[in-house]
Amino acid sequence: MLTIKNLHASVEEGQEILKGLNLEVKAGEVHAIMGPNGSGKSTLASVLAGKDGYEVTEGSVDFDGVDLLDLEAEDRAKEGMFLAFQYPVEIPGVSNVNFLRTAMNEIREYRNEDKMSAKDFLAKVKEASNLVELDNKLASRAVNVGFSGGEKKRNEIFQMAMLEPKLAILDETDSGLDIDALRIVSEGVNKLRSKDNAVILITHYQRLLEYIKPDFVHVLSAGKIIKTGGKELALELEEKGYDWINEEIAQ
Amino acid sequence: MELVLDNKVLEFVSDFKKPETISKVRKQALDALNGMDFPTTRVEDWKYTRVGKYVKKKYKQVQATANVEDYTIADLNAHQLVFVNGYYDESLSTIKEDDAISVHKIEELDEEYYSDIVDGTSENVFSLINKAYQTGGVFIQVKKNKKANFPIHFLHVLEGEEVIANARHFVHMETGSKAEVVATYHSNNSENSFTNVVLEGHVESNASLTINKLQSEAKNVFHISNELFVQDESSNFLINTITTGALMTRNGLEVIVEGENCHTEMNGAYLGTEKQHMDNHTLIDQLYSNCTSSESYKGVMDGKSVGVFNGKVIVRQDAQKIAAYQSNKNILLSKTASVNSKPELEIYADDVRCSHGSTIGELDEDAIFYLRARGISAASAKQLLVAGFIGDVLDKVENEALRTNIDELFLNDFGWKF
Repeated sequence: MLTIKNLHASVEEGQEILKGLNLEVKAGEVHAIMGPNGSGKSTLASVLAGKDGYEVTEGSVDFDGVDLLDLEAEDRAKEGMFLAFQYPVEIPGVSNVNFLRTAMNEIREYRNEDKMSAKDFLAKVKEASNLVELDNKLASRAVNVGFSGGEKKRNEIFQMAMLEPKLAILDETDSGLDIDALRIVSEGVNKLRSKDNAVILITHYQRLLEYIKPDFVHVLSAGKIIKTGGKELALELEEKGYDWINEEIAQ
Repeated sequence: MELVLDNKVLEFVSDFKKPETISKVRKQALDALNGMDFPTTRVEDWKYTRVGKYVKKKYKQVQATANVEDYTIADLNAHQLVFVNGYYDESLSTIKEDDAISVHKIEELDEEYYSDIVDGTSENVFSLINKAYQTGGVFIQVKKNKKANFPIHFLHVLEGEEVIANARHFVHMETGSKAEVVATYHSNNSENSFTNVVLEGHVESNASLTINKLQSEAKNVFHISNELFVQDESSNFLINTITTGALMTRNGLEVIVEGENCHTEMNGAYLGTEKQHMDNHTLIDQLYSNCTSSESYKGVMDGKSVGVFNGKVIVRQDAQKIAAYQSNKNILLSKTASVNSKPELEIYADDVRCSHGSTIGELDEDAIFYLRARGISAASAKQLLVAGFIGDVLDKVENEALRTNIDELFLNDFGWKF
């Protein structure tokens, strides 16, 4: 589904953050990308989602046969990519449902599908908000305004449930979540998993991986994936920290 | 005797028709104009709005007819009073059966009563030109303890080039009455024409007046309005001013609160593009205790447009327990647009709650990316954010038919959906 080859990316000021990253994600898989601060985890998420301010200097990203890097951010979403933000943005005056309706209509138009009826849309809102135990009232409130940290993260997964992406990238979705919210969010993500979609979990800590079981764990360091393993790798990282990998590689 | 025209104001009005009857108000205005000049940007109240090039031009006062169907608001179901180039056109107007109101020509306004009411209020050269040379308008009475059964729609049209429309209106809200005025301003083939309107009113005790003003004239006309209202005790006054039109707009709005327990509310939305200039100049003068006022103006400026907000609240020494809130927020959509915002509070009383604030910013780039990451195009994302920004001001327009009309205007003019 997603093939990243030798990806190099810099911030606009010129500093190279990603230095030859390779990653292959197939449908039905869950990949965890772990790494210390400054290793390039969030940059990877931003580059894949198409955020301004980054320059890809080398490499390619193929997303189900489409050259992802050639697409505008909105078209990446329309092709089925979803980024759950580390810091969801507050948007005063724009209601959650209004914005999602706009998004879904634009996505359906792009895919030459009919508009969703108001009835079906509302049914889906209800279903998706139940999934992450998000109060129905929050769905009609302004996007993330006055939401608690946990509500913001649940709102991200709510949106994911609405948009049903092929590939979801969850950027530090576990950060700032208490144990209850972590369970709710994780269960939501697990229910959305299928053999046709894939998830990339970007995380600092292993605790999220107790709830969402990854098929692969990658360690990102200094802009490259330096080690790949199964879910036991996450436990090892938790126990020994990141330094041992560098030492291991040095040997 | 040949009059020597070394006075710019007299030069400006020299071709205007001399009124047939000189009423007291006209006489006073004519006399006052003799010694006046147009304001320059050295005058503090006009610091950000330059009128020089507009008042150098000559305008004519000509009666015309207009295609009113182009401007009527669907489902508004209102008394519709039509003013073309400042002349009241009764044949184009529709006054419904309504025992709560009476509609008169402005000439029928009792000048003794009027002079008493507006005594001590400020005039400027434009309001005086209007009062000296007004060509028509209406005087509305909303009767004691009655509610007008329909909104009252003042429909103004500028028709033809280089004309000046000096319409003058007065709304008298008798004790305990309630009404809504919808004032709209339109233009047709009216390059270099000039709307110079005066709308005044008296809101007596326990009366309630709502005004929704929508100005969507073409971007080649000039619009100066002077709106003056006096509130008696326990009255309510609300005005929503929505401006999308005219090359140069100056909305002068003044409310004198002459009684306790009043509520005054002013909201404004202005959306400028190209080289439009939009100036909202407001004053709330609190003379008595226990009153509240709320003022919220929001601007979205694109292209090379310029927005101006100068809102002043005066709380006089005897006016205790006043709660006055004032806010002006602006978004610039282009690097070449600008806004001058000047909120002012002048407080002489010692027990008041007043706040004011002003912001000028751009659309939040992070918010745009957030929306785009959900599949919304950059253009739609910006539109959603603009709508979200200005929506709460538009929501103050409770009249659904008018609101629908405003939404259509925004969709047609800017491609914005609300």
